[in-house]
Amino acid sequence: MNKIKSFFSTFLLIELLKGMALTGRYMFARKITVQFPEERTPLSPRFRGLHAQRRYPNGEERCIACKLCEAACPALAITIESAQREDGTRRTTRYDIDLTKCIFCGYCEEACPVDAIVETRVFDYHGEKRGDLYYTKDMLLAVGDKHEAQIARDRAADAKYR
Amino acid sequence: MTDTITLLQGFFGFTWPVVSNLAKIFAIIVPLLLGVAYLTYAERKIIGYMQVRIGPNRVGPKGWLQPIADGLKLFMKEIVIPAGASKGVFLLAPLLALGPALAAWAVVPFGPELMVANIDASLLYVMAITSMGVYGIVLAGWASNSKYSFLGGMRAAAQIVSYELAMGFALVGVLLAAQSLNLVEIVNGQQGGMFNWYWLPLFPLFIVYLIAGVAETNRAPFDVVEGESEIVGFHVEYSGFAFAIFFLAEYANMILVATMTSLLFLGGWNPPIEVAPFTWIPGFFWLFAKACFILFLFLWFRATFPRYRYDQIMRLGWKVFIPVTLVWLMVVAAAMQTPYGYLFH
Amino acid sequence: MNFETLVFYFLATILLFAGFRVVTARHPVHAALFLVLSFFTGAGLWMLLEAEFLAITLVLVYIGAVMVLFLFVVMMLNLNIEKMRAGFWSNLPLAAFVGLLMAIEMVLVLTVAGRTIGGAPVRHAAGYSNTKELGLLIYTDYVYPFEIAAVILLVAIIAAIAITLRRRVGTKHQDPSWQVSVKRKDRVRMVSMPAEVGPAGTGSLPPGAQKEGE
Repeated sequence: MNKIKSFFSTFLLIELLKGMALTGRYMFARKITVQFPEERTPLSPRFRGLHAQRRYPNGEERCIACKLCEAACPALAITIESAQREDGTRRTTRYDIDLTKCIFCGYCEEACPVDAIVETRVFDYHGEKRGDLYYTKDMLLAVGDKHEAQIARDRAADAKYR
Repeated sequence: MTDTITLLQGFFGFTWPVVSNLAKIFAIIVPLLLGVAYLTYAERKIIGYMQVRIGPNRVGPKGWLQPIADGLKLFMKEIVIPAGASKGVFLLAPLLALGPALAAWAVVPFGPELMVANIDASLLYVMAITSMGVYGIVLAGWASNSKYSFLGGMRAAAQIVSYELAMGFALVGVLLAAQSLNLVEIVNGQQGGMFNWYWLPLFPLFIVYLIAGVAETNRAPFDVVEGESEIVGFHVEYSGFAFAIFFLAEYANMILVATMTSLLFLGGWNPPIEVAPFTWIPGFFWLFAKACFILFLFLWFRATFPRYRYDQIMRLGWKVFIPVTLVWLMVVAAAMQTPYGYLFH
Repeated sequence: MNFETLVFYFLATILLFAGFRVVTARHPVHAALFLVLSFFTGAGLWMLLEAEFLAITLVLVYIGAVMVLFLFVVMMLNLNIEKMRAGFWSNLPLAAFVGLLMAIEMVLVLTVAGRTIGGAPVRHAAGYSNTKELGLLIYTDYVYPFEIAAVILLVAIIAAIAITLRRRVGTKHQDPSWQVSVKRKDRVRMVSMPAEVGPAGTGSLPPGAQKEGE
């Protein structure tokens, strides 16, 4: 009896029609596409995007060239050279991040004792040449200056979990 | 209308037959290529909608220019000829795929009088010409000098040759019912509303023809030929416009199968109900609507069914479809000898 | 010379060229392709003779099926072209002799036996159906030869299958018929397991946990 039943349901394509009914129904369902440049999905304060170098409110750069981030970086994307400034503090003379190597793990941010290197919410940047994605200290500081308000808000929101 | 034709005849003189035939060919091929372009757009949109996405909507208003942008992109790309490829055959193969897909349209009628050539055995002609399309695929696979594309070509050829049999048997049923090889007479045999169309008495053959048509054009769920997400197919080595021609051939074949299905089983240009408001609409519109419906089914299948495995494809073709068609052919042939034979005409 | 004769000579030239290339082509796949071309032009010639059914059948059967399988085989075999061409010049005299003999025989049969080559076929009215006439002839006058030919073909098919069929033991293979007939309920048993409500670690199952669902 079961054999006969399955024979007929096979030949009448019952299961195929059921499947088609399902996809047919979804054709009229509300679409969930996010139209990217105009619409954006919400981002977490912990989002790990483009890197930035921060400054203190008085304009002094935070980085003290401890090279912990360089040591922590699993992709060896960070290169730091340091020297003593006239006022006797140790500062970086070179702070480069090769974004083609970076895997956006966030270890540099975690390693930093002064919250100097951070990852921002910016993810829609691009480079037209390979060299465009090699970020130097000036570029990183510029990113930090531009997004400082957002960066500070994100750090504050996440502070109680650290 | 006849005045303009005589005027043109006078203008072109003895070259008139050539000119008029070329004009007819253009009148078919240009809308066909446009149809192919917008079929790709419809495919992306419809499958997108069924997958709760919205599909392409950026190029032009609502994405209407997307197929043109795609075509331009393919046109600008370089045609790479692999090292060790048989160059002549490599370039010939796309043309051998596209040629039959376009040549078959010569006998497809769009109305009782509306076709390029009305030949006696037009159904047979379509079958013969479409059976030549497999050369493009086999040769593309072979000439690429690549194991992957060679195996892809072999898969495709075996699949197409197998399903052609089932398709041919399904057509024999139509021949039995219509008692003619001429497409116009086959359609004229289906006059009188949708219950006189051949899909009803030949229902199993209709289903077999439709599914074999999907397999014949290498569409999902029978798309092991290219199977973009799992395996590579006969055209891995093709790029740029040579690839675009294969693409064109596949979609032109889809439109051809859809049109043939509507001509053979869905009454062609006959309206579904032969009463006043339906008969006012020109027949061409009905044929177009029916072909669009079949094409929509093709896309619906693709959005719904997972891909068949190769041995399952072969089993379906040889062990299911051919016996089913043979049994139903015998049923039809036997029933035609009984007093109830008129049901099958 | 009218248009039809022009088309005839055009097709005949292609046919002769293609036939020549079938024999002389360097690669067997190219030779097979030229054979396809010669079949196609042959079909064109038949079309000129108003034998459209035969012409289309030639395309359908020979080009659409036979030559595809032929190409399959030629492509699959890893042919050593150099080895194949090695004995060309030593075999040429014999082959040329056989070919010449065949040509002479054909000329004799076609001319001396009282028949004439050429002569355009009689034109038929527009309603004349070649297919129908052929069908009538096959199923009336030539019904026995036709049926016998069909039976011989059937025997050949069965023989070919019987020769190549071998049942090997110990091979692992899948049976798609059995695989596709499997239903969900043959493989999956839905068991209803309500979430535990009691304090953790008591080890007692809540009532109904063992009960099968569906």
